Amino acid sequence: MSATTSPVLEVENLAIALPGGGDRLRAVDGVSFTVAPGEIVCVVGESGSGKSVTAFSVMGLLARVLKPVAGAIRLLGEDVLSASPQRLRALRGDRMAMIFQEPMTALNPVLTVGDQIEEVLRIHTEFGAKERRAKVLAMLEAMHLPDPERMHASYPHQLSGGQRQRVMIAAALILDPALLIADEPTTALDVTTQAQILKLIREMQARRGTGVLFITHDFGVVAEIADRVVVMQRGRIVEQGPAAQVLGNPQHSYTKMLIAAVPTMTPATRPAPKGALALETAGLGKSYRSGGLFARTRTVQAAADVALRIRRGETVGIVGESGSGKSTVARCIARLIAPSEGQIMVGDQDIARLPERRLRPLRRTIQVVFQDPFRSLNPRRTVGASIVEGPVNFGTSPAAATARARELMSLVGLDPAALARYPHQFSGGQRQRIALARALAMEPEILIADEAVSALDVSVQRQVLALLDDVQRRFDLAILFITHDLRVAAQICDRLIVMQRGRIVEEGPTAEVFARPKAAYTRALIEAAPGREFGRGVEPTAEAVPA
Amino acid sequence: MLGYVLRRLLAAIPVLAIVAVLVFLMLRLTPGDPAAVIAGDNASSEQIAQVRHQLGLDQPLPAQFAIWIGNLARGDLGESFFFKKSIGELILGRIEPTLSLAAATMLIAICVAIPLGVVAAYRHGSWLDRIVMGVSVLGFSVPVFVIGYLMIYVFSITLGWFPVQGYQPLSGGFGGYLHRLVLPSLTLSVVYIALIARMTRASVLEVLTEDYIRTARAKGQVERKILFRHALKNAAVPIVTIVGIGIALLIGGVVVTESVFAIPGLGRLTVDAVLARDYPTIQALILLFSGVYVLINLLIDLTYGLFDPRIRQ
Repeated sequence: MSATTSPVLEVENLAIALPGGGDRLRAVDGVSFTVAPGEIVCVVGESGSGKSVTAFSVMGLLARVLKPVAGAIRLLGEDVLSASPQRLRALRGDRMAMIFQEPMTALNPVLTVGDQIEEVLRIHTEFGAKERRAKVLAMLEAMHLPDPERMHASYPHQLSGGQRQRVMIAAALILDPALLIADEPTTALDVTTQAQILKLIREMQARRGTGVLFITHDFGVVAEIADRVVVMQRGRIVEQGPAAQVLGNPQHSYTKMLIAAVPTMTPATRPAPKGALALETAGLGKSYRSGGLFARTRTVQAAADVALRIRRGETVGIVGESGSGKSTVARCIARLIAPSEGQIMVGDQDIARLPERRLRPLRRTIQVVFQDPFRSLNPRRTVGASIVEGPVNFGTSPAAATARARELMSLVGLDPAALARYPHQFSGGQRQRIALARALAMEPEILIADEAVSALDVSVQRQVLALLDDVQRRFDLAILFITHDLRVAAQICDRLIVMQRGRIVEEGPTAEVFARPKAAYTRALIEAAPGREFGRGVEPTAEAVPA
Repeated sequence: MLGYVLRRLLAAIPVLAIVAVLVFLMLRLTPGDPAAVIAGDNASSEQIAQVRHQLGLDQPLPAQFAIWIGNLARGDLGESFFFKKSIGELILGRIEPTLSLAAATMLIAICVAIPLGVVAAYRHGSWLDRIVMGVSVLGFSVPVFVIGYLMIYVFSITLGWFPVQGYQPLSGGFGGYLHRLVLPSLTLSVVYIALIARMTRASVLEVLTEDYIRTARAKGQVERKILFRHALKNAAVPIVTIVGIGIALLIGGVVVTESVFAIPGLGRLTVDAVLARDYPTIQALILLFSGVYVLINLLIDLTYGLFDPRIRQ
């Protein structure tokens, strides 16, 4: 980046007002940064830091209640804040383009993929139908998508998440915009897919000299892709600079805290658990059959031949990508779904095929904390009612259950008085604590955490992981920890099970699996983890440092 | 696809069979003697018995049912007690007015309601939205016959734009046909405009919060195309459902409208048949209506696939 190149994007002193009643007056305030041609600038911060609001204000796509009140945003020297709606529309898709977090929902489900990419050409160019089609096919090819002709006629639901994100990138880059805004574009993807998409973005922007404004919460991704880093906290920039400098030698305490909170890929040393065997499965499998009288029957083996053992006081992790069957196994063990084959031994009882009536007394033994704290608590009931319901079903008096709920609230670090409040009055991290309290109220022996920290910010994630460790020791819990995140698994699991396409491909003590992975798939997973050197105390490689 | 349609049509047979049994029994168990009605007020008991024998009503119920079903299977709907005509012919002669009225009503309703609903959703919270929603409440609160007489009073009697009542078949010229169809269709459509507009608004409003709408804006698409190209097609499934239910209700509703506007359609035929205790005609009509319901439901399900590729598979 020579100093003489004028930036594609200049954000200067940007302030955006929040509607009344928020936790602060301005969503962002005093935000200034630039993006040069061919440069990738990562804006990093936790939820509520204002990073997405900043990105959307550049595109002019802010929700109506959010109003820019000061500052300027210049795209190639032109102020977009004062541009007319017509002018903004002309710039969007042509000079600046955006890709989003959820490739599953960002494409229109009822229009073909080709049609949706072509739409950009129809809006901004005078190309004829033939020319448009040729351009789209070439673009699909450049995205390394298989069989562009067929892809062109496909609907989004026929594509995988990674393919959909490639389609989004194709639509964003087809007119060679000067600026690409990427809002958490890989957060919803598996690690191996994430690695491919990051590589694709790098390849495309390097070839076309596109400036990229990359929004992320993930320091691994930052280490992987950023030329420069902008760190935001509560609407303000607390630190910015070249990636190597910010990551290697952070100045601001918030940056330091964020970086320290990123779990490292080096497994923590944990004492070998010696508790009694709490759970054992053998030959556990689940298959789904579809079709019927007139249709061809199709069997999908979601999980097969799964054998695992968990002791009291031990945390066993199952890692794998979406579709690996890890959640299916968890749901079978909790008997939320009925396994098709195999045994699930809890103590000396096989619960795999117990009818619901005989299963119910055992249900309190196994409790689950789910991934999405925004959906796993009933929004119309107070959290107290949610916590007390289980024990009362098992015969505890409401008064005793409430007293216990108050103790548990303090244990998970929340005010017992908050029992009377509703879920929407809590943050994601707090809700996950409540979900944990709800599970503990049942006095379980086995706790299943199904991606329980995946939706949380790193700093909150670290706290919830510490809390899990604490309650495990306190109640001598056997924990089955389902996650796609190798960093988290490295920190909390005593033993690891790696699953791929419904089967276990590797298992062993966590340190062993990380140090000497035996299965090719495990190696691929570790390889794909973004910025895997980062957080091991190793600074990002020299190539990431801009000249 | 073809297999699916066939399966659905086969599945309709038990439904229609149950309807047939229920209709048959219900008519036999309600008071009133068709033989007495047909023989007239001054008939002797012998005459009534003779009429009863001619109609086959002196046979045991299972035998009557077997004969009826047997004839149905051969495509013979039987002969009307009252009109002394084959019921097939009778229905064919009355079907044009009813179909015309239903089609015109739905056409008006869809053309008015969907744009209204879309605009109300786009401008939700505005005065326009509130007016559309307020008027729609009025639309389905006021009974059809009140709206009908109001329209007749305003447009026929006061302004003299349209005839007060009556029907002119299509064969008598398109202009006259349309001229006489306008008022009854408008009357009937009011409820459906209200219903469809509300459903469209709710459905589009939900779709407008979807991520792909934001994607379309990020491409620089204009709002009109975002609404009608991206949003409406996604909002279609609930709208199609309500339109389908509307058509089904409409066929029931023609009984009243055809009476108000003196249109000789299936609705009027039903009323006349009931008053005359004309068992075979009532049975045939109800069976026909339920067949139409089943068919409309099938059409709705097939239409889903037209709008949403995810349902197509």
